[in-house]
Amino acid sequence: MSQANQELHELAKKEYEHGFVTDIESDTLPPGLDEDTVRAISARKKEPQWMLDWRLEAFAKWQEMTPPKWPYLDLPEIDFQSISYYSAPKKPEDGPKSLDEVDPKLIETYNKLGIPLEEQKLLAGVTEATDVAVDAVFDSVSVKTTYSERLAEDGIIFCSLSEAIHDHPDLIKQYMASVVPVTDNFFAALNCAVFTDGSFVYIPKGVRCPMELSTYFRINAQNTGQFERTLIIAEEGSYVSYLEGCTAPQRDENQLHAAVVELVAMKDAEIKYSTVQNWYPGDETGKGGIYNFVTKRAECRGDNSKVSWTQVETGSAITWKYPSCVLKGDNSTGEFYSVALSSLSQQADTGTKMIHLGKNTSSTIVAKGVSAMKGQNAYRGLVHIGKSADGARNYTQCDSLLLGDTCGAHTFPYMEVKNPTAQVEHEATTSKIGDDQLFYCQQRGISEEDAVSMIVNGFCKEVFKELPMEFAVEAQKLLSVSLEGAVG
Amino acid sequence: MLEIKDLHVSVDGNEILKGINLSVGTGEVHAIMGPNGSGKSTLSYILSGKDGYDVTAGSVTYEGKDLLEMETDERACEGIFLAFQYPVEIPGVNNTYFLKAAVNAKRKYQGLEELDAMGFMKLMKEKMPIVEMKQDLLTRSVNVGFSGGEKKRNEIFQMAVLEPKLALLDETDSGLDIDALRIVANGVNSLRNEERSMVVVTHYQRLLDYIEPDFVHVLSDGKIIKSGDKSLALELEDKGYSWLDKSA
Repeated sequence: MSQANQELHELAKKEYEHGFVTDIESDTLPPGLDEDTVRAISARKKEPQWMLDWRLEAFAKWQEMTPPKWPYLDLPEIDFQSISYYSAPKKPEDGPKSLDEVDPKLIETYNKLGIPLEEQKLLAGVTEATDVAVDAVFDSVSVKTTYSERLAEDGIIFCSLSEAIHDHPDLIKQYMASVVPVTDNFFAALNCAVFTDGSFVYIPKGVRCPMELSTYFRINAQNTGQFERTLIIAEEGSYVSYLEGCTAPQRDENQLHAAVVELVAMKDAEIKYSTVQNWYPGDETGKGGIYNFVTKRAECRGDNSKVSWTQVETGSAITWKYPSCVLKGDNSTGEFYSVALSSLSQQADTGTKMIHLGKNTSSTIVAKGVSAMKGQNAYRGLVHIGKSADGARNYTQCDSLLLGDTCGAHTFPYMEVKNPTAQVEHEATTSKIGDDQLFYCQQRGISEEDAVSMIVNGFCKEVFKELPMEFAVEAQKLLSVSLEGAVG
Repeated sequence: MLEIKDLHVSVDGNEILKGINLSVGTGEVHAIMGPNGSGKSTLSYILSGKDGYDVTAGSVTYEGKDLLEMETDERACEGIFLAFQYPVEIPGVNNTYFLKAAVNAKRKYQGLEELDAMGFMKLMKEKMPIVEMKQDLLTRSVNVGFSGGEKKRNEIFQMAVLEPKLALLDETDSGLDIDALRIVANGVNSLRNEERSMVVVTHYQRLLDYIEPDFVHVLSDGKIIKSGDKSLALELEDKGYSWLDKSA
C-alpha cells in the first residue's frame, strides 16, 4: 500500500470512530417498533442517557397520535410494525452483482444525467463497486477534512447529528425540537423516537460561511437512512447556504421516509436552504416508490433575520412536505420557492406555511406545480398574520402546469389575517402545455421532447434562478429527464 | 420543389381541402388567395405538419420525398418554415435561447457543428437589420407581451435566421398597420432569392403590392378555382371573390 493510500485509510478510520458506521455493517434490526426498538437504536449509536430518555418520551407520545387525514393524497395504510427501524446499509453480498442486475430504467436515467460509470455503480449499490465506493468515500473524507479545517478556523461546526450529540450536547439540548416540537405531527414524533442520523450545522456570531455546505461532503450522508434529522443554527449576523440532496436517483430499499429539518436564524442572520429531491417515484401503475413525509420549519427568531427555502421535488411516490417559516423577529423575511413535479402515478401535497408574528415581517411564496401522466399535484399553503404583526406583507404566486389530460393540479390556499395593517396578495394560474406551443417549437425544428422540457423549464424559471448556479443546471436537466415520455 | 397532387384533407370528419393540385418550383413565389373558410390556413398547416388534419387522398412531394411521411420537426429541419398567423407565446423561454435551440436543432440534423453563443450572436447581429429587429425583443420571453406587429416581425426574423428553402407565410399581413406591413414585407423581399420558394397565404391584395408573386391561385371551398399571374390578384381586388364563384 502506498503511503498516500495508507494516510487515506487512517483518515477514514479516524472518522469512523466518531460515527456509528463501524457497527451498522453487521446489523439490522428486525422489523417492528416498540420501546425496545428505540432502546436498541440508541444503544447502537452509543447515545447518552438523556438522548434515550428524550426518544422514549417521544415514542410514548407518538403512540397516542394518528396519521393526518387532511392531505389530498390517496394514502395507503402504512404498517409501522413491518418496517425495520435501523436500516443499516445492505451488506455487499445482498446488492446486485453488477450493473446488469440493476433496473435498466435507472441506468438509462444515470446515462442521461451524465453520471460516470463508477459513480453509477456506487449509487446503484453494486457489489463489485465496493472497492470503488470505498475509494470514493475516501475521496470525500479527504475533501471533507480539508473543508472541515477551513470551517473550523471560523468556528463553524458541520458534522453528523450523532457526532453533535456526543460532542456538543448543550447545543443539541438547547435547540433540538425547539422549532418542530416533538408532538408537532405524527411523522415528526416518529422521527424523534427513531431518527438514525442527519446533519448539524452551527455558524457562530458574525461569521459568513465561506462555502456552500452540502451533505455530499459528509461521509455519513451516504446512509442517513429513513429518519433523517437536520439542525442548523445561525447566530447573530451570520450567513449560511446549505444544499441538500443529489440529482441522481438513488437505489433505496426503504419505502417510508420521515425527516425533520429545523433552522434557527438569530438577529440579522440569514439561512438559505436548497433541496433537490429525486428519490424513486415508483412505476406508471403506482407500484413501489418512496413515501416522503417531511417536516421542515425555520424560525426567524431575531430581528432582520431571513430564511429562504428553495426546493425542486421530482421524486418519491408520495410527497408530504411544507417547509415553513415562523417570523418572530421584527422585519424578518421568509421565502419559499418550489417546483414540484408529479408524473407517472406520483402524488404530491406540498406547500408552505408563513407565520407572521413580528412587526413588518414579509414573506414571498412562489410555488410551481407540474403534473404529467397520472400525477396529482396539490399546493397547500398557509399565510398567518398574527395580531402583533403590524405592517406584515405576503406575496403568494401559485402556478400549475398540466401536461395531457390524465393528471391533476389542486390548490388549497389558507389565509388567516388577524391584523388590519397587513397586506396579503395571492395570484394563481393553471395552464396546460398547449398543442399550439408544441407545434410552434416543432415547426422550428425542435423535437417534441426538447420542446416540452423547454416549456416546463421556462415555467419553472423563477424558482431555478433562486438555486445556486450548479444546482440550477442539474435541476433543469433532472426535470427534462423526469418528463421524458410524459407527452405523446 | 413542392408538388401537391389531388390533396384531400379532413378535420374531424369534415372535408376542408377537396382536391388541391399545386406545383411550386425553386425560387418561385406563389400567392394563395381566398375568402374566409376556403382552406388557406389548412393548407399551410398540412404542409408544416400540424396534428389533427387527416389526409384522405392525394400526395405531397417535397424535394422528391413524401412530405406527409415526415415528422413536424423533420420537415422544419428539411427547410420548411411556417410564419404563423398567430405566433404562439411561450412564457419563461427567452426568445434568443429559443431561436438558438432551433438553429442548432437544424444544424445537428444537417450534420453541422452546433453554434456556440458567440457564433450565434454574430448570426443574429447579421440578420437583425432585415426586419429592423429591436434588441429588447430578443431578451424577452417568446412572443410574450409582443404587439401584433412585433410578433410578425419576430416571425420573419426567425425566418431570416433559419434560412428555409420553402417559406409558408400565413396571413402575415393580418393585424399589421401600414408601417409594420412595410417593414415586414421588405424583410420578406430581402429574403427572396433563386433558391428559396415561398407560398404566401392572404386575404388581401395589399400584401401583394409589396411582395409581388410569380403566380396567384384562388382557393374557394377547398379547391383552387383559378390560377394566373399577379394581375389576377388585382382583378380580384376589383371584383371580389364572388365574381369567381359565379363564373366557376
